[in-house]
Amino acid sequence: MTKPWDATSEQLLRELAPQVLGAVARRFRDFSSAEDAVQEAMIAAFTQWPQQGVPENPRGWLIQVACRRMLDHVRGEIARRERETAVAVEAETFLPSLDIETDMDPDDTLILLFTCCHPALTPSSTIALTLRAVGGLTTAEIANAFLVPEATMAQRISRAKQTIRASGIPFHLPAPHERAERLPAVLHVLYLIFSEGYASSIGRHLQRLDLAREAIRLTRNAKTLLPENPEVAGLLALMLLTDARRAARPGAEDELIPLDKQDRTLWDRAEISEGIELLTAALSKASMGLYQLQAAIAAVHDEAARVEDTDWPQILALYELLKRVAPSPMVTLNYAIAASMVHGPAQGLELLRALDRDPRIAGHYRLDAVRAHLFEKTGDHEAAIKHFRIAAARTTSMPERNYLITQAARLAGD
Amino acid sequence: MKYILLMSGTKAGVEGYHAWSKEDIEAHMGVLRRISQDLTESGEFVATQGLAEPKEAKVVRGEKNGVPVTDGIFPESKEFLLGYWIVEVPNAKRAYAIAGRISAASANLPIEVRQFATNEAKSR
Amino acid sequence: MKYILMMNTMKAGHGVPDWPRKDLQAHIAFMMGLNKELHERGELVSGEGLSFPDQAKLVCADKNGRPITDGVFPESKEFLAGFWIIDVDNQERAYDIAARISAAPGPGGAALNMPIELRPIMSAPPQEMV
Repeated sequence: MTKPWDATSEQLLRELAPQVLGAVARRFRDFSSAEDAVQEAMIAAFTQWPQQGVPENPRGWLIQVACRRMLDHVRGEIARRERETAVAVEAETFLPSLDIETDMDPDDTLILLFTCCHPALTPSSTIALTLRAVGGLTTAEIANAFLVPEATMAQRISRAKQTIRASGIPFHLPAPHERAERLPAVLHVLYLIFSEGYASSIGRHLQRLDLAREAIRLTRNAKTLLPENPEVAGLLALMLLTDARRAARPGAEDELIPLDKQDRTLWDRAEISEGIELLTAALSKASMGLYQLQAAIAAVHDEAARVEDTDWPQILALYELLKRVAPSPMVTLNYAIAASMVHGPAQGLELLRALDRDPRIAGHYRLDAVRAHLFEKTGDHEAAIKHFRIAAARTTSMPERNYLITQAARLAGD
Repeated sequence: MKYILLMSGTKAGVEGYHAWSKEDIEAHMGVLRRISQDLTESGEFVATQGLAEPKEAKVVRGEKNGVPVTDGIFPESKEFLLGYWIVEVPNAKRAYAIAGRISAASANLPIEVRQFATNEAKSR
Repeated sequence: MKYILMMNTMKAGHGVPDWPRKDLQAHIAFMMGLNKELHERGELVSGEGLSFPDQAKLVCADKNGRPITDGVFPESKEFLAGFWIIDVDNQERAYDIAARISAAPGPGGAALNMPIELRPIMSAPPQEMV
């Protein structure tokens, strides 16, 4: 008995995709071809189910279609090899039985995450592959989300799989010590997907695909698979605590509203509560990783009912820790902002001067943007205007550029 | 990061090009097509466009009453856009390498490389 | 029918306009509103702004095919600030859109009257360079 296609069907398909892929990849011992086969099965489902209804056993349906594709592929390979060699190939090649429905392993999705978030891949290709293989999204959906042609996105994914295949890594869960080593790469990819989605949430009209939500969904799944890992929980908390502010970011004219000017009544209190709960549980494990720290900083902001209630000394202390755990010029920049809130803008400006000598960030628009804000706080409006304009000329973000030139204009007097 | 690679020329330059032998023109088009194919292969291709000759071009200004005023005159020496590629690459260096390849294939015509502004804003 | 509409940077410095805030806001709102309208009418294929010309590079190749990026732009060079690709029913509509862009408000709310270059684009994908 089929069920009619409805609003939940697409989500169901996406959840099933990695399960199906895990099973097929393991059985056929070929992640790359299995991924293509499952993608074809997904497209078949998207085409047929809306008209014919969702099958009673949707996962079984997908597995069957994917396996058929795999068998066609294997037979094609045999035929090709037979054509290429003078020696007759064994006709009796082991073809796995189709009955792998019962062979589901809850770790499959985890294996997929580790496989896709391979350190040898470029960020753009690993993101694309993860969204397809683990997220269950179609190539077209991913291409649309990143505003590139479908053929280009298909190639990124194809090349990613070639790299994985060439690395010779078998399709199984890495050993615990290896897992610990490779988990940061997985979390980093999930974080990149979230950032991409969140950054586009200003003035995003019709991206059907909400990448930030997808990242949250995938991270939730990762947390279910690795319930004891505090960094996974920390990452999920960070995403929720950041996503909670989304509605307050765009203004009436779709302009960018910075954190200190946002209407906090628009923040999503449920997401904030969940984020804080996750974070509290993670912190109780007496470790302090990169994502937990960033989540903690986000939590301090989110807990302040009004901007003037923000506990800046707490944020400053957290940035002190972050500077030790994951030092970078951006962290130093944010540290300088927090320092200025606690010790005064002159202190912040002093810290920025050190960054001028750091080639990784000298000339970056944010350095001038922060400098401008601090100059304004010291009352040096001329310097502030100058740096707002420099920052505006250097940023490649339109919403940021508009924001910065408007700030300069505000200080220059209406 | 998305970049646009702009190829411009003058009327004289285009006339000179049209005076190439048919084989040379086809060979050139073939090389440019190959570049686009390679860019799709590498997952970097976003778009490419050749533009019609500027005799079809117009320059439009808006009058106060909203009526467009058009002017089709392109001075002899003025440079105009012949076409462009849009690519997505991890850094500027790669964009320059692609531009260099297009330039080398086009009698070393200089290619202007510009980064797109995005509609994204980092999280805050 | 497809057209590309091109807008150059404003002559007064390649940099950032230093108009009063409300004039800036009006200009930004105008452009956003126009894009939204074109999008809703199904006429906007794409609209892109470019980063400022300070970051522009002129690239050619050395004899080994490696890029040379220190090319110098001529003094009189006009830089592209942004472009729109539109898909419209007829040429008049294309002119109207270009005229609207041209009349975007500037300092004092007065129409900028920018020259907008309009070029037809062939519809067959993907158009090759000729």
